[in-house]
Amino acid sequence: MSQWVTKGLATGVKATHYPRAAETAPGTSPGMPAATSLPAARAQLVAARCPTAALRQVPSGVEVDRRRCVHCFRCVRETESPVDWDAGCQWAELLAGSERRGRSLGRAFSRSLHILVVDAGDCGACLSEVRQLNNPYYNMHRLGFFLTPTPRHADVLLVVGALTEHMRLPLRKAYEAMPAPKRVVAVGSCALSAAIFSPSFICAGGVGKLLPVDVEVPGNPPPPLAILHGLLLVAGRKPPSGTDAVRAGANQDRLR
Amino acid sequence: MPAELQELSHQVEARWGGRVGLSLDNGAAGLACRMECRPAELPELCSWLFSDQDYSFGGLVVEQRSGWELRYLFYRARSGWLHVVASLSSGDGRLPSISRFVHAADWHEREAEDLFGLVFEGHPRLGDFVLHNDVWQEGLAPLCKTFDASQPVKHREPDPNWKPRRIVEEVGAFAMPVGPIYSAASAAVFFQLETVGEDVIRAQPRLFYTHRALEKIAEGRRPDDVVLIAERISGTSAFAHSLALCQAVERLCQLEVPPRAASLRVLLAELERMRHHAAAIAGICESTGLAVAAAHAAMLEEELLRASGALTGHRYLFGLNRFGGLSTDLDDAACGRAAAATAWVAAKLAALQGMLSKSSSFLDRLEQVGIVSSLNARAFGLVGPIARAAGLVRDLRKVQPYCGYDRVEFGAPRESEGDGYARLRLFFREAQESAKIISTVARALPQGRFRTPETELRPGAALGWAEAPGGAALHWIRLGAEGRVERYHVITPSFANWHGFRLAAENFAFQDFPIILATFALSVHENDR
Repeated sequence: MSQWVTKGLATGVKATHYPRAAETAPGTSPGMPAATSLPAARAQLVAARCPTAALRQVPSGVEVDRRRCVHCFRCVRETESPVDWDAGCQWAELLAGSERRGRSLGRAFSRSLHILVVDAGDCGACLSEVRQLNNPYYNMHRLGFFLTPTPRHADVLLVVGALTEHMRLPLRKAYEAMPAPKRVVAVGSCALSAAIFSPSFICAGGVGKLLPVDVEVPGNPPPPLAILHGLLLVAGRKPPSGTDAVRAGANQDRLR
Repeated sequence: MPAELQELSHQVEARWGGRVGLSLDNGAAGLACRMECRPAELPELCSWLFSDQDYSFGGLVVEQRSGWELRYLFYRARSGWLHVVASLSSGDGRLPSISRFVHAADWHEREAEDLFGLVFEGHPRLGDFVLHNDVWQEGLAPLCKTFDASQPVKHREPDPNWKPRRIVEEVGAFAMPVGPIYSAASAAVFFQLETVGEDVIRAQPRLFYTHRALEKIAEGRRPDDVVLIAERISGTSAFAHSLALCQAVERLCQLEVPPRAASLRVLLAELERMRHHAAAIAGICESTGLAVAAAHAAMLEEELLRASGALTGHRYLFGLNRFGGLSTDLDDAACGRAAAATAWVAAKLAALQGMLSKSSSFLDRLEQVGIVSSLNARAFGLVGPIARAAGLVRDLRKVQPYCGYDRVEFGAPRESEGDGYARLRLFFREAQESAKIISTVARALPQGRFRTPETELRPGAALGWAEAPGGAALHWIRLGAEGRVERYHVITPSFANWHGFRLAAENFAFQDFPIILATFALSVHENDR
């Protein structure tokens, strides 16, 4: 068995520098459309190409609702008026109501946060990206984030998926079984807006319909760095401002 | 007519006379052979094809048109597809079950019963399958045309005291409910593990917690939006599913995919397979608690995700497939870089496999554990790596080539033991083959367009297929006159393999269960849709 010890030591430290510095490796984020100034006719055309109404025409051009974007690339590929592209992934947002609800998580949790992940009707991609957080490149343990299999030990409920009818009861029970103070992080555009699944008889159209969401992480799926960003926000730690999680240009290898 | 089909046609004529109509059609619908019969003939005909003629059962497609149209899909090497079609009048929702003879059809019939309200007479176990009875009213039949999927449905208050239908009662018997929320970051599925002492004697999974009714919500939408839905059947096999759907539409509308696009599709499909297999290997290492190996395999998976992201813009290859090609051209240099990255990962995987094969404590957990015999694999209609690890030849890339796979040289590895270790070795060997295909294709990419300019849609129906990382993915799509989707049915590899999962899990020790589950590398989401 000594071969594994040697192998582990020989591999060295692989963890990303984020959040101390931006990640520079290519292929860590799909990016997302950014608000773009366009002439009205072109803005209308490109907004009409969006299948989930994430792009909205405004007087200056188009605006982006990140919570709805599914990375179909229709607004940048095979169109004469491509929108600007945000290559980063610091998209997570702390919702305004979060601090008002109950006690704040406080400093005790900032470096020891236990997370219960619930699949509430995912396609598997978001869940896969959440699992990547434990691989040596992202290694979320170094930041004091841990996955837990039980709601009794969980401080944060991380929900992926569009909230199917079958998962309503298990999700509600898991949330109620968590001790206070607790927070809910909704990960992925399906969990935020149901995105391509749009509200139907079987998908509620977002986790917010059932639970009070504190942090939203857009993306379809959000890359691991985007989820890390959301977790830093919920832990009350300030991710670097001004620079994005991903160095601009790192993901520009292939866009259009 | 190919010789094999001629032979088949004679035998059908001799046995059924005029009661089974056989016709050949190599046109738009992409079928080789169509057999029409009355519902009463179905069990005998299907069982003859399955048991005596060595046909594999692909799946069951139900359509509600002027009446019910049931289409049983069969295939075998060299003979192409065989559609057995039976019609029922719309008032009559009863027909004989074939699953007594073709066990592979068991879950297909249960699904059709639950979602259409059809009754398969003689089926031992109908009801409470896709739509859980503790949540939904009986008789909802959401796939019927009269059902409005956009409106909320009144359903039962979830019953917190739900109990499984059957439970082992014996002195010392112990039932352990697991799920749908369990372990760290696992998909939503429920297992009722029942043991008497050490061995699991029943391991029936309860699935469909993540059922999103994708087939229903696709109806009435534009086909190009349904490609986005196909990508999200299983996010980790997105490219294979969108490819199968695009090929169905391309066959229906006779869109010619340019050679460059076909080659790029092969490259991307293999990149996805390699990543899927790396994730499966990481999962197996993790289930046995071999932390260093799990970390290494997870790093290789992330390397492949990054290679996919750098090459195409998306780590899971979303947003690429379009009818008639791809949404963007991938330049030769970028493909070369991706091929170099996969070659590097392949070398690392080979080294990892070498180290694992020398770790006896690891092998002890896999060898002779979770065995699926080839007889059972055939009876249950298992597909993909699970079937190939049990010795079956089940690879659509070889059996029903598409996308130019018949012009690419590659091996189709097989193992014979059908145990956990055979499945692990198969994942390693297939990942190596995928890396080879990627480098071959990347070296000789044809020049030209990445998408055909004409994209005119036509009404009609067609079957598309692809060998997804988990096995055969079949997509049936019917377009209406206005270019809208009328019916979309997806038969996924995980649906076939979850059916057979209990074969492997039952009669093995309780602590082997997570390891057996990992060696199957099943996707809950792909099954649930």
